[in-house]
Amino acid sequence: MRITQGAFSFLPDLTDEQISRQVQYCLGKGWAVNIEFTDDPHPRNNFWEMWGLPMFDLRDAAGVMMELNECRKVYGDRYIRMSAFDSSHGWESLRLSFIVNRPKDEPGFRLERHEVDGRNIRYTTTSYAVDRPEGQRYR
Amino acid sequence: MNDLSMTVRGKDRYKSGVMEYKKMGYWEPDYEPKDTDIIALFRVTPQDGVDPIEASAAVAGESSTATWTVVWTDRLTAAEKYRAKCYRVDPVPNSPGQYFAYIAYDLDLFENGSIANLSASIIGNVFGFKPLKALRLEDMRLPVAYVKTFQGPATGIVVERERMDKFGRPLLGATVKPKLGLSGRNYGRVVYEALKGGLDFTKDDENINSQPFMHWRERFLYCMEAVNKAQAASGEIKGTYLNVTAGTMEDMYERAEFAKQLGSVIIMIDLVIGYTAIQSMAKWARRNDMILHLHRAGHSTYTRQRNHGVSFRVIAKWMRLAGVDHIHAGTVVGKLEGDPATTRGYYDICREDFNPAKLEHGVFFDQNWASLNKLMPVASGGIHAGQMHQLLDHLGEDVILQFGGGTIGHPMGIQAGATANRVALEAMILARNEGRDYLHEGPEILAKAAATCTPLKAALEVWKDVTFNYESTDMPDYAPTASVSM
Repeated sequence: MRITQGAFSFLPDLTDEQISRQVQYCLGKGWAVNIEFTDDPHPRNNFWEMWGLPMFDLRDAAGVMMELNECRKVYGDRYIRMSAFDSSHGWESLRLSFIVNRPKDEPGFRLERHEVDGRNIRYTTTSYAVDRPEGQRYR
Repeated sequence: MNDLSMTVRGKDRYKSGVMEYKKMGYWEPDYEPKDTDIIALFRVTPQDGVDPIEASAAVAGESSTATWTVVWTDRLTAAEKYRAKCYRVDPVPNSPGQYFAYIAYDLDLFENGSIANLSASIIGNVFGFKPLKALRLEDMRLPVAYVKTFQGPATGIVVERERMDKFGRPLLGATVKPKLGLSGRNYGRVVYEALKGGLDFTKDDENINSQPFMHWRERFLYCMEAVNKAQAASGEIKGTYLNVTAGTMEDMYERAEFAKQLGSVIIMIDLVIGYTAIQSMAKWARRNDMILHLHRAGHSTYTRQRNHGVSFRVIAKWMRLAGVDHIHAGTVVGKLEGDPATTRGYYDICREDFNPAKLEHGVFFDQNWASLNKLMPVASGGIHAGQMHQLLDHLGEDVILQFGGGTIGHPMGIQAGATANRVALEAMILARNEGRDYLHEGPEILAKAAATCTPLKAALEVWKDVTFNYESTDMPDYAPTASVSM
């Protein structure tokens, strides 16, 4: 399967040049771009690990791309995403988020149905990858 | 025509009998509205021979303290404070016989946090007033002091995006079709296919409640199976607007509780349930971490005609106060009423923290929302993937694009229809962010995306000639260069 979180997951994987243009768009808006990675892509796992801090006060996407390549060297077997933060009053949250790196094989999620009273079912989504401990997934 | 006050003062004002409204203190051309006043702008069409100032003063009177004759009991009150004051009357450009009347109301005339009270005053009585041929409430200025007495949208755009984990693009939805007749199981099938194909939301239609072909519990159970299955298949958060509209509040609460118990992120109500019911559901939604979708069912009965009724921009303001998170606000290019400038005005009302007066969009007053949550406008009705560049240009990024027919009617099936819409959208956002002139290069951008996406290719082919070009019945009275003073 292919996880379709983020703004561009239905397009073919972005090239570095395309990623760079999106980052430049964010920097042009005054947003701080953060590189985040995880090996637990559960849809409600909001807090991916941060590769350093959001890059404030940056003007050129090249700096972000350099960090992305460093991150890939260490965590190239995991999901990596770009997250752009807008600090403007009334927003103060993410403005754009998109995946820039994926594991070679994406096993996806198991849907567990826990049958309770009546016809009610409690659903649990579990990533197949998390059956193994953190750091040993997608290898 | 905004000449001197004609107000009779002193003892003569309260002599028993009938007195013209404009002499009773409802026409005060020198009055300067206070920051805390609520201001209403009416389009007044007096009967032939009726003085427009008198007609406008009558509207002020009948929407505040007046009755048809002088009453001595006024003298037991601070009557001058409670009288609504019409302070300005302008002829409507290019519309003989119609006048814009500006009326200011003191804040003490209204109950905190109650759209029912606000609307009972402003539109409660005057619309059937005999000396008028027609009357339309065009716009309102709501003072910060009043705005702050409302909860506002239960969730708001930012928190909705955080909860759904979707940033940087419009959200995508589809209304399940046919809107009547599907069994719960078949209905859930449509939901699953659409969500798995790439939509973020599916939606019950306004009249899907609990009917012989599908009772509400069946729908909720099968829909949540579909949502969870699609969520696991995509790794994305998905939702389906479960319509909890019912005959009584008790029934609506029961349905909302069931939706919550099943883990739904969103429920839906229809505008026809009434303002108080909407406010109650907004409070429920805030307490229960639920996004609240409003379908504006019925609004066209009073918003569409230019000379009579209530403008949708006023309804949009009331609904932001009342506390819904989504509101259908027009598509511009789709099958339902809405010229681009007027629609833009509605969208600004939903999404901005401050609306400057913009006559060319039909927005007559500066409106400060004082950090009240923003609500997501929904574009639904007769739109398809081939219009993606125009939709993005007209409606922006914080909007839900709902392709009902444009998903379910896809020749290769519902999943393919959903995928076509999602690919078209992502390709357009990517191009926009890269700085391309996406509005003009739109067809090219779509064609290129279709080269690697057969469903998009098929969608562009099937719907390539579909447009809805009819003249709007409601549009702004002012061209971009005009000013309100004539």
